[in-house]
Amino acid sequence: MAERTFWTELWNAKWALLNGIAITTELSAYVVVASTILGLLGGLVLVYGWRPAALLVRLYVDVMRGIPVLVLILFWYYGLALFKINIPAFWAGVIALAGFATAHMSEIVRGAIQSVPAGQSEAAKAIGLRFWQRLRYVILPQATRRVLPPWVNTAVEMVKATTLLSIIGVVELLLATQQTIARNYMVIQFYLAATLLYFVLNFAISRLGALLERRFAYMRY
Amino acid sequence: MQNHMKPNATSAATGAMPLLRAVDVHKSYDRLEVLKGISMDVEQGEVLALIGASGSGKTTFLRCINLLEEFQQGEIDLDGEPIGYRMTGGRRRKIPEAALSAQRARIGMVFQSFNLFPHMTAEQNVMLGLTKVRGKPAAEARDIARHWLERVGLAERRGHYPFQLSGGQQQRVAIARAVAMEPRLVLFDEVTSALDPELVAEVLGVMQDLARSGMTMIVVSHEMLFVREVASRVVFMDGGHVVAQGPPQELFRDPESERLRSFLGRFHGVFS
Ligand SMILES: Nc1ncnc2c1ncn2[C@@H]1O[C@H](COP(=O)(O)OP(=O)(O)OP(=O)(O)O)[C@@H](O)[C@H]1O
Ligand SMILES: [Mg+2]
Repeated sequence: MAERTFWTELWNAKWALLNGIAITTELSAYVVVASTILGLLGGLVLVYGWRPAALLVRLYVDVMRGIPVLVLILFWYYGLALFKINIPAFWAGVIALAGFATAHMSEIVRGAIQSVPAGQSEAAKAIGLRFWQRLRYVILPQATRRVLPPWVNTAVEMVKATTLLSIIGVVELLLATQQTIARNYMVIQFYLAATLLYFVLNFAISRLGALLERRFAYMRY
Repeated sequence: MQNHMKPNATSAATGAMPLLRAVDVHKSYDRLEVLKGISMDVEQGEVLALIGASGSGKTTFLRCINLLEEFQQGEIDLDGEPIGYRMTGGRRRKIPEAALSAQRARIGMVFQSFNLFPHMTAEQNVMLGLTKVRGKPAAEARDIARHWLERVGLAERRGHYPFQLSGGQQQRVAIARAVAMEPRLVLFDEVTSALDPELVAEVLGVMQDLARSGMTMIVVSHEMLFVREVASRVVFMDGGHVVAQGPPQELFRDPESERLRSFLGRFHGVFS
């Protein structure tokens, strides 16, 4: 039997780990995309919405931000099961994390829109642009630049939060790593490897954010 | 001291409709009544200067004309059509957003703080309304934008972003953006007061050029030399009322109103 090194064990576990990476990436992508879209809507309602709707979103944002993510995850997985509603752990996780991230994204979008000076929308009104045109051509392009840094922040937080889904049995990168370690007992090496992979994923998101920020850099006042 | 102005002499004589007519406009912010019954006519091609002490309601009145503020009572007509509100079933209602925007597009506005769109070049700033509101094809809109940027002396700067332009240049782009829409009327609210003194003249020069070309303008300004030279009529506001009005020569030479006299007294040298 060949000598057991980290590299041979890594080779043996490659499919399990790659699968873990794929699940983590997939989870993160669903969560970030869903919360970005819903957060945009939430932010718009907070700023421009009909009063009762805005209050409802406000309530949602404040409640969500006050609940630990783990509690949300357990609620969507076990809580619904109590009512005989069974959803797969993967989707329970996506809903829990996206629901949480939506609250943050809504707040980020609201702040970004409100940070665009009032004179901008007045100038847009003065040339006769309608509400959606003002939003599309004047307000949102300027808000986008202000959204980017906190958006990157939240996206990175969400990638990290996917590790919590190991608790409800989603075999994402962390659980895949733990299962591998259970077979080969190379605790330090494999946790380090997983750490490195998370870092690479998040670094990529940060770079993307920085790239976009530079692309918007001409938008100075 | 309610002071309802009669529609002014020229339109009464000719029977022609004024371009803009405000009748008894009242505007309050919560409890604070800021406009207490403003009435005035603006004729086609006229340059009307609006003067008055700080807080007298000049900005508020301009913003009402361009529907940036709601007003609670009175009527403002543009070409005989009421602006912003319509009577339906005996009640005064705000018109829908689309109609509101269409009315705004017929009135240009230039702001004290320029308010250029920072993510667009000078040319794109001027083009936006032409393409999105007037529905012009991009090529035609670009030609119009270039024409107006040249007219305000910025042909070479059309590709510059606002942050690459001086205050005076930014304000000239803002003027080009407003007039390129071919509005019936352009409102100027203290457009030179955020500028360094040496940049004021270039902006006033552009405005004088527009005035000469027959553009109808309402100008709020503390530049009394400019007002005296360019305005066809001066309206003096005080405490939310129109207190005096008339051609600048008459009004400045022999102000009947005590308020106006003390207001003008601040501009040493100009009226000596
Ligand atoms: N958004 C607002 N909310 C409450 N009060 C306001 C608001 N805007 C203006 N006012 C008040 O309305 C009055 C008229 O203001 P306005 O800006 O029209 O004066 P102005 O004649 O343009 O003065 P200035 O020469 O300083 O520009 C002032 O007393 C001002 O404090
Ligand atoms: Mg003012």
